[in-house]
Amino acid sequence: MSDEAYIAIAWIATFSSVGLYSLWVVLRGRKLSRMVPPDERRWL
Amino acid sequence: MTVDNTIPTPTGSATPSGSAASAGGGAGGPMSTSSTATRVLGTISLVGIAALVLFGLVLSPPDAKLGETVRILYMHVPTVSTAYLAFVITAVASVMYLWKRTEFWDLLAASSAEIGVLFFALTILNGMLWGKITWGVFWRWEPRLTTTAVLMLTYIGYLAVRQIPNDTRTRGTVSAVIGIMAIINIPITHKAVDWWRGLHQERTIFGTVNPEMRGLQLFSAYLGLTVFMVLFAWLLIHRFRVAWLTERAADVGVDAAIAERRAERPSGAVTTPAEGGAS
Repeated sequence: MSDEAYIAIAWIATFSSVGLYSLWVVLRGRKLSRMVPPDERRWL
Repeated sequence: MTVDNTIPTPTGSATPSGSAASAGGGAGGPMSTSSTATRVLGTISLVGIAALVLFGLVLSPPDAKLGETVRILYMHVPTVSTAYLAFVITAVASVMYLWKRTEFWDLLAASSAEIGVLFFALTILNGMLWGKITWGVFWRWEPRLTTTAVLMLTYIGYLAVRQIPNDTRTRGTVSAVIGIMAIINIPITHKAVDWWRGLHQERTIFGTVNPEMRGLQLFSAYLGLTVFMVLFAWLLIHRFRVAWLTERAADVGVDAAIAERRAERPSGAVTTPAEGGAS
């Protein structure tokens, strides 16, 4: 495998992992927000 | 995937989320973990990532010593710096938890540790890819890599301990002690290249391996650091809010179960002292 392939894997793996984790966090936040009374969402 | 669209209330009834949100209006609370601050940080992160891709992969020239592999360092160095910051926040929040005993510090420590583990795992992955090109192998049990593996396992252990069923206070205390003790591994890992001879190169930006790094290379390195720090801030706020909501959702579930149990009881039934103080 060429050096460029390793570099591409490094960048793609990094941003895709962070992207998927971010997506999971945001979607979980939306789901939980529906389950919790509004006055418990205190970061307003 | 189906999503439960109801908000269980402490009385055991359920309200459609849409009507609850509209009934509350602007004061009803957000239906996500977003806020103005996270939207600003998120926008900066996305713009920063685009700029990092442009400078790190296109505009920045190959390094005189490292060649094209320097582009992996634009990922490796920011992820490890962010992971260290996350672990330091975990340690500080753990100390604050043992002092103040508030849920805020416990959840902040846990949220930061989880993100730190993610970034540290990416650090190891990027390091392995760089090692394969430079050393010809993905992994060697040399001092820096060994201490890195120990550090990673320590924080995985921290997260595992938090999953053990326990009361909130015990969980917080045990994990806070681990979160404080684990920070000792960071200077050991960081200084391993100075203390013991090994394969791993010395520190890149603030070290001596590449003092001639300047211009677009140095700019790309610092841009990577900045972008990942902003990204970390965005993630930490969201992750903390998710942790907070998880605890509140659990409380709502318990309250709803208690109310349901009471509703099933005949009107003349005697309430036990334990149930009387439950709500």
